Amino acid sequence: MAENESLLLTLIDRHQSALLDGWLDCMTRSPRSGALRRDGETREQAKRFLEQLRRSVQYQQSADIYAQDWAPMRELLEEVSRARVTQGFTPTETATFVFSLKEPLFQLLRREVDSADRLADEIWIATRLLDALGLYTIECFAKTREELIGRQQQELLELSTPVVELWEGILALPLIGTLDSARTQIVMESLLESIVESGAEIAIIDITGVPTVDTLVAQHLIKTISAARLMGADCILSGIRPQIAQTIVHLGLELNVVSKATMADALALALRRSGRSIENRAAPKPRQGE
Amino acid sequence: MNVEADESMPVRSSDDVVRARQAVRAKAVAAGFSLVDQTKIITAASEIARNTVDYGGGGTLRIEVLRNGQRRGVRLTFKDQGPGIADISLAMKDGFTSGNGLGLGLSGAKRLVNEFEITSAPGQGTEIVLARWR
Amino acid sequence: MSEIPILRIGDCLLVSIQVDMHDRLAMALQDDLTQRIVQDRARGVMIDISALEIVDSFIGRMLNNIAAMSRVLDAVTVVVGMRPAVAITLVELGLTLTGVRTALNVDKGLAMIRNIIDRGEQYDERRGG
Repeated sequence: MAENESLLLTLIDRHQSALLDGWLDCMTRSPRSGALRRDGETREQAKRFLEQLRRSVQYQQSADIYAQDWAPMRELLEEVSRARVTQGFTPTETATFVFSLKEPLFQLLRREVDSADRLADEIWIATRLLDALGLYTIECFAKTREELIGRQQQELLELSTPVVELWEGILALPLIGTLDSARTQIVMESLLESIVESGAEIAIIDITGVPTVDTLVAQHLIKTISAARLMGADCILSGIRPQIAQTIVHLGLELNVVSKATMADALALALRRSGRSIENRAAPKPRQGE
Repeated sequence: MNVEADESMPVRSSDDVVRARQAVRAKAVAAGFSLVDQTKIITAASEIARNTVDYGGGGTLRIEVLRNGQRRGVRLTFKDQGPGIADISLAMKDGFTSGNGLGLGLSGAKRLVNEFEITSAPGQGTEIVLARWR
Repeated sequence: MSEIPILRIGDCLLVSIQVDMHDRLAMALQDDLTQRIVQDRARGVMIDISALEIVDSFIGRMLNNIAAMSRVLDAVTVVVGMRPAVAITLVELGLTLTGVRTALNVDKGLAMIRNIIDRGEQYDERRGG
């Protein structure tokens, strides 16, 4: 194995810049290369790849790219993949980075190797290696994409549960969308943290934006209300649509909380409870002669 | 799935219950659990540990940190050679406020974790395995 | 004598639970509290659990017991300082604190006790948990 591997080593040593040119040329020509241009970044990465390939081929003890000594190469490919994900490339476009090295490499092998048998062996070795590296690029791509989606999901969950301080000591939590158990956890954490920060003793939970209230959603609401109570805050439910009211009664759900049809009503109640009242200012007296 | 850490300890006294909580906390923190997730697994551990001391005549706790791909979890195995539980489904009923003996904490602990398995029979002791994943 | 100090603020008693509780300590605390309520003619009992990272059914039972005994002695019990993670876990655990009122901190707890006593609401069973 080692003896054959060293042919690759020799080729890269002697023809590095020709290989590089041929490779970049192939990349831009391939129909699935998308926006892979001969820009500085791609050229730089290709150069590093060849150098790393040379080093790995020279020092490695096995052709297994998951072995310890191939770690630097794997890191390079992770870097290339990660950059491509954030730039919006497809997995194929990203893998093309590796696979398009085959064309110039095989051309070179054709020129340098005489016997047909030897040529077939060399191409087989090179193909196996580049296939493994290209597939690894796709794996990294998939992993990075999953992480990105996971982070975005988390941000979305947090963004969609804002807690607003309507008045001193009165919080409002407008819920938009369905309330499943993952969401409920975030809602509870948000609400309770706001209670601690603001010292609020009343929290208005508005469910205008919650499409349906069934037994499960009711359980989640009850949990949230109980948790708020343990932190010393009473809850008022608002935004109960007529259909929701019917469903609640129909399912026999016991919410055990004061509920109001609109947030305005809930706010009025909250203000009363906290000892405040709102009155209209007296109309200004008309001036003499007007 | 890999086991990244593994620790065993006795659970025979009130002090052991305290120690068990601390050990579970350390593992939960090591597994990168959020504060709420930590609180849940430690509370579940406290419930079962107390049961083990009060009704199981004392036993052991094994704490493992697991890794399954990107996910990490904490698995707790409580074992005792006590009298065992005759009717598991009865024991799992919510009986907290009525002040029942056996069964307190079992159903509650189950709600705090993702995986819960209980093996027990009269005269054969009890083994409870709980796991919570990030 | 329990290792947990019981402070007096006006006609209220304040207990701060800082250590990991076990059976003996819990029993001692309940004994001490009942004695002090009578001795000091306390109208309110405040239990500060802000140092507790965990509240399990054992602590829950203790809190319920204290509330029950206080009620018999005509005192109001308020638990203050529960941490958010603990509240979320208690709710998931399904543990209800019966007859125990809750407030965010000591100040609000005192105000609550004042309010309840002044309005004669200490027999209101609906509140709590």
